[in-house]
Amino acid sequence: MNILVCISHVPDTTSKINFTENDTKFDTNGVQFVINPNDEFGLTRAMWFKEKQGAKVTVVNVGGAETEPTLRKALAIGADAAIRVNTEAKDGFQVAKELANVVKDGGYDLVIAGRESIDYNGGMVPGMLAALTNSNFVTNCISLEVDGTNATAMREIDGGKETVSTSLPLVIGGQKGLVEESDLRIPNMRGIMMARQKPLSVVEPLNASAETASVKFEKPAPKGAVTLVDADNIDELINLLHNEAKAI
Amino acid sequence: MSVLVYTESEQGKFKKTAFEVASYAKAVADQMGTTVTAVAINAGDTSELGTYGVDKVLSITNSDLDKFNANAYASAIEQAAKQENANVVVISSSADSKYLAPILSIGLDAGYASNVVETPSSTAPFTVKRTAFTNKAFNMTTIDTDTKVVGVSKNAFGLVESNGNATSEDFSPAIPSSGVTVESVDKATDKVTIADAEIVVSGGRGLKGPENWGMIEELADVLGAATACSKPVSDLGWRPHSEHVGQTGKPVASNLYIAIGISGAIQHLAGINSSKVKVVINTDPEAPFFKAADYGVVGDAFEVVPALIEKLKAFKAQNA
Repeated sequence: MNILVCISHVPDTTSKINFTENDTKFDTNGVQFVINPNDEFGLTRAMWFKEKQGAKVTVVNVGGAETEPTLRKALAIGADAAIRVNTEAKDGFQVAKELANVVKDGGYDLVIAGRESIDYNGGMVPGMLAALTNSNFVTNCISLEVDGTNATAMREIDGGKETVSTSLPLVIGGQKGLVEESDLRIPNMRGIMMARQKPLSVVEPLNASAETASVKFEKPAPKGAVTLVDADNIDELINLLHNEAKAI
Repeated sequence: MSVLVYTESEQGKFKKTAFEVASYAKAVADQMGTTVTAVAINAGDTSELGTYGVDKVLSITNSDLDKFNANAYASAIEQAAKQENANVVVISSSADSKYLAPILSIGLDAGYASNVVETPSSTAPFTVKRTAFTNKAFNMTTIDTDTKVVGVSKNAFGLVESNGNATSEDFSPAIPSSGVTVESVDKATDKVTIADAEIVVSGGRGLKGPENWGMIEELADVLGAATACSKPVSDLGWRPHSEHVGQTGKPVASNLYIAIGISGAIQHLAGINSSKVKVVINTDPEAPFFKAADYGVVGDAFEVVPALIEKLKAFKAQNA
């Protein structure tokens, strides 16, 4: 199996979010970047396929040279090769177009991306990529088995889950559940050393145009202070929730 | 020119989010000086949509669409949008709508903005406000294509009634075959889901163990609420992953969120930021959640929660 895992380079989940250049750009100052958590679940599932069923795992990112340490981390975790499409990621459509080009060139059977990135939360790249490459598509995917060209996946739905059967070529929008949190791998020294020798190819973009554009960022308005209610006075809490907050 | 809205239904009844996206579509149509057409799939009686500003309903009745299929549903909506010359297509943020949206947007050559929380601040350029960085910020985004797909965040706009009448037309789009087949659906029908819930009751590690979730479930039951949990709780296996709320779990946009024994890590707070009213119950007055909450009780959950359940039962009995 020839697997492509799409890796988004995102601020660590603990990052403080600030903006610069008149609130038009994300302030990367002091921010540590990581593999998008939803993508990391997918990468780890790809490693499982490689080890149990035999597969080649390539990771890909659309972005500038500053994203290479994130790709190297994916190589250190165990991916065989990395591709960086050398252009700034502008919107989900442009990224999906660039990735579709990589998929067509590479002849991948299975593409795993996170269901959404934790920075822009667009949730559109996997579905657009599937539509652009005429692949089957399952998102919010919480389990995946592949047998030959047939696949069985579980999708989280509102209030439950459903099991679907499908076939390769397939694009997955992955999330926690594809593997467990405890299955995630921290690169060891040997992995980090080996990652340096693995191919990281930089390919030039199609220069696909974006369909949407980010104009400005805003931070939520600061919140008022909490109203504390004494633990012995739960009637007051109910009163506040009913009469003031109108929430019950 | 028109605004098209996909109004989701389940078992032949509209979901509440259908009325919210219809209300939103009506506001956009008013801004643009046009009308609202809804697409309804196996929804039964569609007249209720008129109450929320829909002028016309394209009503699809097709047993091939009994089970949700992203490609088939996207194709049906795409055909409706093309027939109606829709410039704006409005959908919800349900799992199903988010699944079909990117496919629909490729089919329509339309730019797509998800998690939108307000009506457009401008229609030329078409500019919407959406959440980003998992609710830690908002992003003003323009959609620059002729046709636009707008995914509306749950509970962001609310229901707006406008005394209209919706006419209904049968619509019979060609349904493409799909390479994805639903084999089984596992859904608790007697439980309120986090996605649909008005109120969510959530427990953290402060509850000490899965055996103590009885009172969480009882409190949720009294309030007609969904149950949720923090990340450590789902990582420890005390509760299923599907209840994990936060940056890498589910977002919650309920009217009321009650956090019990949850300290309030930044990732958790990001996930619940869109909830309107937040209550925290925690023994530690220094817990970060108190800075994010509207109401707080410093106290032991094992004393406060049972008291809250008793008082709420009395309150419900009085206000029934």
